[in-house]
Amino acid sequence: MEFKMAQAAAEVPPKGGFSFDLCRRNEMLSNKGVPPPSFRKTGTTIVGLIFQDGVILGADTRATEGPIVCDKNCEKIHYMAPNIYCCGAGTAADTKAVTDMVSSQLQLHRYHTGRESRVVTALTLLKYHLFNYQGYFQAALVLGGVDANGPHLHTIYPHGSTDTLPLATMGSGSLAAMAVFESKYHEGLTKAEGINLVCEAICSGIFNDLGIGSNVDVCVITKGHKEYLRNHQLPNPRTYVNSKGFSFPKKTEVLLTRVTPLEEKVEVIEGGDAMEE
Amino acid sequence: MDLIKADLNAPHSMGTTIIGVTYNGGVVLGADSRTSTGVYVANRASDKITQLTDNVYVCRSGSAADSQIVSDYVRYFLHQHTIQLGQPATVKVAANLVRLIAYSNKNMLQTGLIVGGWDKYEGGKIYGIPLGGTIIEQPFAIGGSGSSYLYGFFDQAWKEGMTKDEAEQLVVKAVSLAIARDGASGGVVRTVIINSEGVTRNFYPGDKLPLWHEELEPQNSLLDILNSTIPEPMHI
Repeated sequence: MEFKMAQAAAEVPPKGGFSFDLCRRNEMLSNKGVPPPSFRKTGTTIVGLIFQDGVILGADTRATEGPIVCDKNCEKIHYMAPNIYCCGAGTAADTKAVTDMVSSQLQLHRYHTGRESRVVTALTLLKYHLFNYQGYFQAALVLGGVDANGPHLHTIYPHGSTDTLPLATMGSGSLAAMAVFESKYHEGLTKAEGINLVCEAICSGIFNDLGIGSNVDVCVITKGHKEYLRNHQLPNPRTYVNSKGFSFPKKTEVLLTRVTPLEEKVEVIEGGDAMEE
Repeated sequence: MDLIKADLNAPHSMGTTIIGVTYNGGVVLGADSRTSTGVYVANRASDKITQLTDNVYVCRSGSAADSQIVSDYVRYFLHQHTIQLGQPATVKVAANLVRLIAYSNKNMLQTGLIVGGWDKYEGGKIYGIPLGGTIIEQPFAIGGSGSSYLYGFFDQAWKEGMTKDEAEQLVVKAVSLAIARDGASGGVVRTVIINSEGVTRNFYPGDKLPLWHEELEPQNSLLDILNSTIPEPMHI
C-alpha cells in the first residue's frame, strides 16, 4: 500500500501542470470528518509609494494559519535584485516561491546582459507566471524599485493583471491603508514624510484588521542605494512581562560528559611531490 | 468581513465603458479609468487604451489579466509582422491578430476589445471584437458594462463625416453619460486620437466632466453637500 502511494506521488502528470490524483482521496477523508490542513496565509497589509527620490515599500509582519498567528515576525518584503524589492500578500508559500524564482531568473539575466535589472523585467516575469496558473497561485504583490528609467511601482494581482501607480496597497488591510494614503499623499514627498506615511498606513491596517499585526517593516530604495529597515516600528510590544523573570526549579541535569576526538584518517606529508599524471 | 475578503480575491475586472469612433480623417478611442475587484475600486486611474503599434491602439474591457495578456501577445506578433513586412502594419491585420487569439481561446478568455487606428490604405478604421471572438468592422463601436446605456444615445447622436473635435466631444460626452449611470465605470476619461499626423492623448479629470440629471457638484468635504444648491439640469 505504501509503495503504491509513493509511486503515485513520484509520477509526473503526463501533460505537465497540476496533478489531481489525490482529489478523490481528499474528498473521502473530508467525508469521514478529517479536516484538511490549513495553509499559512498572510492576512496582510503591504504598501508602496513613490517619493521624490525613489520608492518606499512597507509591510506588516504577521503570518496566520487560520485563526492562529503562526509567525509574529515574518519577512514580507522579499529581495528581487539589488535595486528591486517585492512585498507579498496571500499564501506565504506562493509569494516566497514566486519571488525567489523570479529573483533567480533576474540574476541569470544580469549575468547574460551585464546590466542592472529593470523593474519591468521583474514585472513581466511575475505577471506571466501568475497568469499561466490562472489565479491558483494566491500571490498578490507590490513590486517596487529604481532602475535606469527612474523609480517604478507596480501592483500584481493573483490572476496576472498589473497596475502602475504612484501609490499601491494590497492584502486584507489594503482598504484601510489606501484610505490613509488617499488623504495624506501628495507628489514630492521627502524621505522622512514618505516613511512616516507608509508607517501610518501599515499601522491603520494593524489596528483595524484582525489578520494583520505585530511590527512594521520598511524598505527605502533610491538610485544606487537601498535601506531595509527591518522592524522599523514595533507598535505591539509585549506589555505584561513578568519583571521577576522566569525561574525553572529543576534545571536540566548533566549526567555524563565524554569527549571523543576525531581520528585522523589522512596523513599529510610535508614537502611531498606534486601529483602527476 | 467574509464578504469583503471574498470580493478582494475576485479577479481584477474592468467593468468599463470603451468607445471607438471614426471621423473624417482618423479615429477617436475613449475609455473610463475604473478597475474593480468586486466592489472595491482597485485602480481609479487606469489606462485602458493600450498601444499595439505606432498607429494602432486597443481599448480593453472585461478581465484585466486576460486583456493585458492578449494585448501583450498581439503587440509582440505585430512587431514581428512589421519587421517582416517592412512597413507599418494595417489596422485590419492588428484586429485580425486579436481576433485569432480571442477566438481560439474563447473558453478561457473573458475580454471584449475595440481595435482602432489609421493606416495609409484604408484610413481610420474601428474593429469591434466582443466576447467569443467575432470581428466586426464598424463606423463606431461601444463596449464594456457601461455601453448598455449608450446604444440609444449613439443611435441619436452619431453622424457620418464628423470633424476631429466633434468626434472627440461626442466620445467624452458618451463616456461621462455612461459613468453617471454605470457603477462599474468611473474616474477620468482618457481619449486617444489617431490620424495621418500621428497620435494625440487627452485626459479629462472626473471633476471637469459635465453633470447630468440629479448629479451633485464634486465636493471637498461631504459636509458641504448639506449646504450646496441643486445644479441646473444640462440642456442638450
